[in-house]
Amino acid sequence: MHHEEVFTNRNVSESSAYFYVDIETYPTTGWDKFKQVFKRTFNGELFVGLWVVLREMIKFDIHTLKYPLEKLPIGPRYRAVHKLLRLWESGYERCIGCGLCEKICISDCIRMDTRIDENSRKEVTEYSINLGRCIFCGYCAEVCPELAIVHGGRYENASEQRALKAGEQAEYPGFGAIIPGSDASVKKTPLAY
Amino acid sequence: MDVAFIIETIAKIVVILLVFSALAGLGTYFERKVLAFMQRRLGPMHVGPFGLLQVAADGIKLFTKEDIIPQNVVKPIFKIAPVITAATAFMAAAAIPFWPQFTVMGYTVHPIVADINVGILYVLGVMAIGLYGPLLGGMASANKWSLISAARSAAVFISYEVITGLSLLAPLMMVGSLSLIDINNYQAGGITHWIVWSQPVAFILFWIAAFAETGRTPFHLVANDHEIIDGFGTEYSGMRWGLFFIGEYANMFFISFVIAIIFLGGFGDGTIAGAFQLLLKVAFFFFFFLWTRAAWPDVRPDQLMWLCWKVLMPIAVVNLVITGIVILVQLKGGM
Repeated sequence: MHHEEVFTNRNVSESSAYFYVDIETYPTTGWDKFKQVFKRTFNGELFVGLWVVLREMIKFDIHTLKYPLEKLPIGPRYRAVHKLLRLWESGYERCIGCGLCEKICISDCIRMDTRIDENSRKEVTEYSINLGRCIFCGYCAEVCPELAIVHGGRYENASEQRALKAGEQAEYPGFGAIIPGSDASVKKTPLAY
Repeated sequence: MDVAFIIETIAKIVVILLVFSALAGLGTYFERKVLAFMQRRLGPMHVGPFGLLQVAADGIKLFTKEDIIPQNVVKPIFKIAPVITAATAFMAAAAIPFWPQFTVMGYTVHPIVADINVGILYVLGVMAIGLYGPLLGGMASANKWSLISAARSAAVFISYEVITGLSLLAPLMMVGSLSLIDINNYQAGGITHWIVWSQPVAFILFWIAAFAETGRTPFHLVANDHEIIDGFGTEYSGMRWGLFFIGEYANMFFISFVIAIIFLGGFGDGTIAGAFQLLLKVAFFFFFFLWTRAAWPDVRPDQLMWLCWKVLMPIAVVNLVITGIVILVQLKGGM
């Protein structure tokens, strides 16, 4: 299904869609000021406003979405939490361990370790993404030659604390990395409360 | 003074207090619902059916919240200010007839706490004392925004007292009495006898001034919405803040009663139909308070002062003079 969006540059100043609002000259004499006040008082603009809101109330065209119960569909290209895909036929991981995503990641949140296995194939032993550091720029998905890492649609990430202990997953140091000794502030497992 | 009278009066006071405290709570619910519908939202929906119990939830929250007295405030004045607002709002209700008199088991009940012969003067006077709530609360708060808001609301209240007074003088000259029951009975002949037909200018002026007196939206200067704080109520929390709120909403109901009784015939000839008509009128005026909040922007303080002193007051005076001349001419013609 091919969808082509019509390009309209709305910021072009020569565009005929833009025009100056006709602003009347500001009244200087007392009589002109009085006429302006009189006109503004009795042209019924206040009642236009009243009618507009009353019309919306009568039409009762409510736009509220009761969020946790109802959700809006998100776009297919939405960049939420990553997914690591597998091959359709064999079920093996698509990732070939090239490390491009780790290199391109501008917030240093992806860290992977690889080794050469007994079949002389490169194997990923450790792959971690710190979503607290990730800025969801999408470069990792863009650079991946095997379509192994893509962005998924899971966007509800709010949580109280980390699920993993520091050191259980490898990570680059730097801004946003897990603070050393922060395990002390981790409560029991989230299911315990 | 017999015991029955005292018991009856206390019963009436308690009923009015309970009914209008509850109505003030329900008023917040209606306000949130009406504003939401006008903005294509749903408003409170989760507590109880259609969010009706939101009022109870808010009440429990306000009652159980910590009563914080900030540092550097003038404690006694800070504590008493919300009480002044709520108390004066309810005191003003003493001279308002909420319902025509009716007979229960041979005992005639007058649903008015005190039918004093200066009724409307008393109502407006006590409502004017309500100014001390925001004024003292803002001044005692040790907060500059509160102070500015208090000064502004004081200026607005005092200025618009002039409008309410002057605009009411004209209908009062026609009626010849300050008692709200007399004013009501003057219009008992039906819709053609309503004072709004003979005093449309006074009606509109009083209505405009009612917005300033209750601090409702086109003149909502008591709370500085554009400063994203709550004006004189910034430092208040818990039930003290709730008292300000109850006072504001009770005032809205009472001023709606006053407008309906003075200009729109009140409860008419005193039948049950007339009484329900009074409630309908009050409901309309209360709804209009919410309606304008959804539709109109706030005006600047200087615009509000300009409107009061340069537009409304001269109109009120002219209306007063013309009414006086007409009454004099009618008296001459009658003689």
